[in-house]
Amino acid sequence: MSHLRTENLTFTYGEGTPFKITALDNVNIELNKGEFVAIIGHTGSGKSTLVQHLNGLLKPTDGKIFLDEKNIHSSKSTLFDARFRVGLCFQYPEYQLFEETVYKDIAFGPTNMGLSKGEVDERVRKAAKYVGIPDEMLSKSPFDLSGGQKRRVAIAGVISMEPEILILDEPTSGLDPMGREQILSLIKNYRENTGKTVIIVSHSMEDVARFATKVIVMNDAKVEMTGTVDDVFEKASRLREIGLSVPQITEIFIKLREKGYNVSEKIYTVEQGYLELKKLFKGRGIS
Amino acid sequence: MIKDITIGQYFPFNSVIHRLDPRTKLLFTIVFIVMVFVSNNFVSLLFNFVIATVIINLSKIPLKTVIKGLKPILLVVIITSVLQIAYVKTGITLIDVWKIKITSGGVLTAVFMAIRISLLIVMSTMLTYTTSPTSLTNGLDKLFAPLTKIGIDFHMVTMIMTIALRFIPTLIEEVDKIMSAQKSRGASFDQGNLIKRAKALIPLFIPLLFNSIRRAYELANAMTCRCYNGGKGKTTMNALKFNSGDYISYLVMLLFITAIILLNIFCGEYNAEFTFNLAV
Ligand SMILES: Nc1ncnc2c1ncn2[C@@H]1O[C@H](COP(=O)(O)OP(=O)(O)OP(=O)(O)O)[C@@H](O)[C@H]1O
Ligand SMILES: [Mg+2]
Repeated sequence: MSHLRTENLTFTYGEGTPFKITALDNVNIELNKGEFVAIIGHTGSGKSTLVQHLNGLLKPTDGKIFLDEKNIHSSKSTLFDARFRVGLCFQYPEYQLFEETVYKDIAFGPTNMGLSKGEVDERVRKAAKYVGIPDEMLSKSPFDLSGGQKRRVAIAGVISMEPEILILDEPTSGLDPMGREQILSLIKNYRENTGKTVIIVSHSMEDVARFATKVIVMNDAKVEMTGTVDDVFEKASRLREIGLSVPQITEIFIKLREKGYNVSEKIYTVEQGYLELKKLFKGRGIS
Repeated sequence: MIKDITIGQYFPFNSVIHRLDPRTKLLFTIVFIVMVFVSNNFVSLLFNFVIATVIINLSKIPLKTVIKGLKPILLVVIITSVLQIAYVKTGITLIDVWKIKITSGGVLTAVFMAIRISLLIVMSTMLTYTTSPTSLTNGLDKLFAPLTKIGIDFHMVTMIMTIALRFIPTLIEEVDKIMSAQKSRGASFDQGNLIKRAKALIPLFIPLLFNSIRRAYELANAMTCRCYNGGKGKTTMNALKFNSGDYISYLVMLLFITAIILLNIFCGEYNAEFTFNLAV
């Protein structure tokens, strides 16, 4: 039984206006519990639109979304249920902070869930600690923080609801290398510690190769391919055709192979590359 | 939904109406608004309606879009109509139950007002649907240029006006985004009583205000970087020029005004009983 799946999902923006755009065209995806799913695709391919359907924020023009085999739009309560069970952190979430203090902002979700004051407090502190927000920052206004700090607060605001499925739309865009690394590792930890499903939308093939257990490739409102990291990055030429790429390290190994070196092309992370090169050197008697 | 508000939006098509000089369109809109107000009988109003329909057709903007644009003011139209029915007590009594008394005069006035408001909104939105903000600023600038001679800096006013107009859709989009973010965290804007709903709106306006101010700074910086320094000595790349379409429009305007005046005189101020009798 799949945890979350879509059935012939189609969505049109601006129905009935001259600016009609089909952002999703017959999308069928299926996710299982505990997976780390990466959604990739060129700008405007429909990634954000897709994830906004998964917690019922956008209503499909056509098609259905099932959470534990229950249609999330079947009633008001299933929809509300989906909002809490599927936590969505938007693209550029820092522009969407709104409370007076960081504390109140993180508490917004848990409070809406109807938890007691004590529970809310516990969740806020836990989430803040998780994303690395020090206690003294909790009483500050979110508008006084730096971009990276705001991003953390926004993520904490979603994590504090402890959703079964955590969706992050480009969580690392616009951050410095250290900030990206920190955010990625906290997402990784979240999944490993809680066994929950994580979906990230990303433009970084390197990150995808390092973390994902499943990759969904979007192209022009359609799902181009789904599969493991291997399945997807194997098709390097097709990925380039639709405006994507493979990790740089893969690029290098493909070139090495073209030059006649006996190395595998299926190298997606630096670690794998290191081991492969070591093997090559060993074979030639260099250590 | 909040997204249905299309006032201030521009639909870049290539139609006869889009190609008209912005000054012509501005004048025409003003003339139309005045004509709707002076029309005092159904025949005149019908004439206004016909003109509006022809213009919408020529502009290639789908009728569906225009009608959708009316949705946000539906409430205003309904309230106005109800008030008319409640206050106008002339003509034949149609219904008289308990304290409610509806007369033919009331109903006719209500219909009259509803059409009138709708026409006004449709034609004012048609102006922004078919005219880009830049061209609207140019038009306003040129139209009110004589005022600068008497010491009023009208350029500033038109700039403020067009920026405000241009940002209506942006702000609506922003509200939509913030609402989505809050909805994903369990906020609901369509549940509970009025006070609860109004309260849910407060956290919406704080970030909106904050972002608007930030945006204003950014825009000011961007304009300064492109050497904007007010209207003095500013020339435009595409100088406005009247062409045949504009001359035809002015002719149509003249005929339009004449027709309305004549219709007003000959059909007379509408009289509830008279029209009703006519209908029967
Ligand atoms: N609110 C909206 N109104 C109208 N059209 C929209 C809206 N949001 C997105 N679109 C359109 O829908 C299509 C898909 O947009 P979407 O934001 O899902 O792309 P994306 O894959 O997330 O892109 P990016 O990588 O740039 O974030 C685009 O063509 C976009 O122009
Ligand atoms: Mg996106």
